[in-house]
Amino acid sequence: MQDLGISILFKGINFQRLMGGLWVTLRLALITIGLSCLFGLLFGMLMLSKRKIAKVFCRMWLEIVRFMPQLVLLYIVYFGFARLFGWDLDGETSAVIVFTFWGTAEMGDLIRGALTSIPLHQTESAAALGLTKGQVYLYVLIPQTLRRLLPQAINLSTRIIKTTALVKMINVTEVLKVGQQIIGQFYRQPDAAFWVYFVIFLLYFLVCWPFSLLAKQLEKRWA
Amino acid sequence: MADTILRVNDIHKSFDGTGVLRGVSLEIREGEVVVIVGPSGCGKSTLLRCINGLEAIDKGEIWLRNEKISGRTKDLHLVRQKIGMVFQSYDLFPHMKVMDNLLLGPTKALGKPKQEVEQEAMQMLERVGLKEKAHVYPRTLSGGQKQRVALVRAMLMHPEIMLLDEITAALDPEMVSEVLNVVIDLARGGMTMAIVTHEMRFAEAVADRVLFLEEGVVLEEGTPEKFFHAPTTERARRFLQSFTYASKRDKAEVQPKNNFGD
Repeated sequence: MQDLGISILFKGINFQRLMGGLWVTLRLALITIGLSCLFGLLFGMLMLSKRKIAKVFCRMWLEIVRFMPQLVLLYIVYFGFARLFGWDLDGETSAVIVFTFWGTAEMGDLIRGALTSIPLHQTESAAALGLTKGQVYLYVLIPQTLRRLLPQAINLSTRIIKTTALVKMINVTEVLKVGQQIIGQFYRQPDAAFWVYFVIFLLYFLVCWPFSLLAKQLEKRWA
Repeated sequence: MADTILRVNDIHKSFDGTGVLRGVSLEIREGEVVVIVGPSGCGKSTLLRCINGLEAIDKGEIWLRNEKISGRTKDLHLVRQKIGMVFQSYDLFPHMKVMDNLLLGPTKALGKPKQEVEQEAMQMLERVGLKEKAHVYPRTLSGGQKQRVALVRAMLMHPEIMLLDEITAALDPEMVSEVLNVVIDLARGGMTMAIVTHEMRFAEAVADRVLFLEEGVVLEEGTPEKFFHAPTTERARRFLQSFTYASKRDKAEVQPKNNFGD
């Protein structure tokens, strides 16, 4: 009897290899998300700056990121920078640069939105209670900003996780690339492709779904 | 005679070169309720905002008992702990339940023990008819209920004086009286208050003294009886008239005749 395609996943260390690839995906995503939050906070504050030049700069950055396919950006940094500046960036570094460039702008825009959505009255009525400036931020402004920000920030994070699949195009061996290698080895097994991709689909789902649930839950609780 | 709680001495305030307060003076004694009325844009709200330091004044002095509170940039929060203020838009903190809204000031700003404040908060909620709302979020309350909670929140700080800035202006008409009755209750309890309002009948009922503000100066000042029934300035008379309407039945001669000729 011929083996079912799915059994190839359990041959040798194939499953471990897939998990290794998944870890590359996650590591890349987590570093990107962390950096995007950090720089996004600065970006968001810069967007709220009274200086016109800062606003125009941020606006342009955001538009570039939104109109330019991530893949093109990856190629520019990975291949283009090597030629242009002689930087020999490895794939993962290039990916972190590109995704952080994107994530910073998107996260910054979300942070800007959350900060401006808190009415001035909230600050004033908290101050009128005799709270210090620090207490006003700690108990009134920051909790409200986070409540507005978190669900959207989580949605952005799942988008970042999914988008990391593109890095296989610049020779980073993440979960999708590992899958393709396994399929290549078992080319005589006609349904291998289906099962490997199906499992990868499940893996992505298992990683992103809890985030999505959390975002939905928070949104409902804080509506 | 009761002590003077608040003394406002010839204060000036302008925004972008436009004088909003142009020399306003005012004294409020302990337990006194002063109502400030006037057309919109006359500076009433600005006056209240200057008193608790939300706006810095350009000239003049403000004293709370024996302490000069104007012109300082440091420790403004210590001044505000003694001055309660309630705004038009209630401004409860939406991420906190009613009880946590009430506890925040007394526990964090004054450092009082939580249990003690909680007990007092519960009593005051009961007094304003909202005991059963202690553990809900503000979004489930009506405007009138929110404003009553905001009053309790300010009162729990045991301020020397309360400033009420058009607290019923954003409410549906049927909710106005439930809020104003709480204010009258506070006034009866001896609370010192400065109230800005457009509710003239309420003003007459609650005020010990009425101030008529126009273009940044106090144009007229007096007891409610005198101000509302025998204002001395032409401007105040016209202002009060704007709250009444001429009845259409007073003008019988211009009534259209109907088709049957009678």
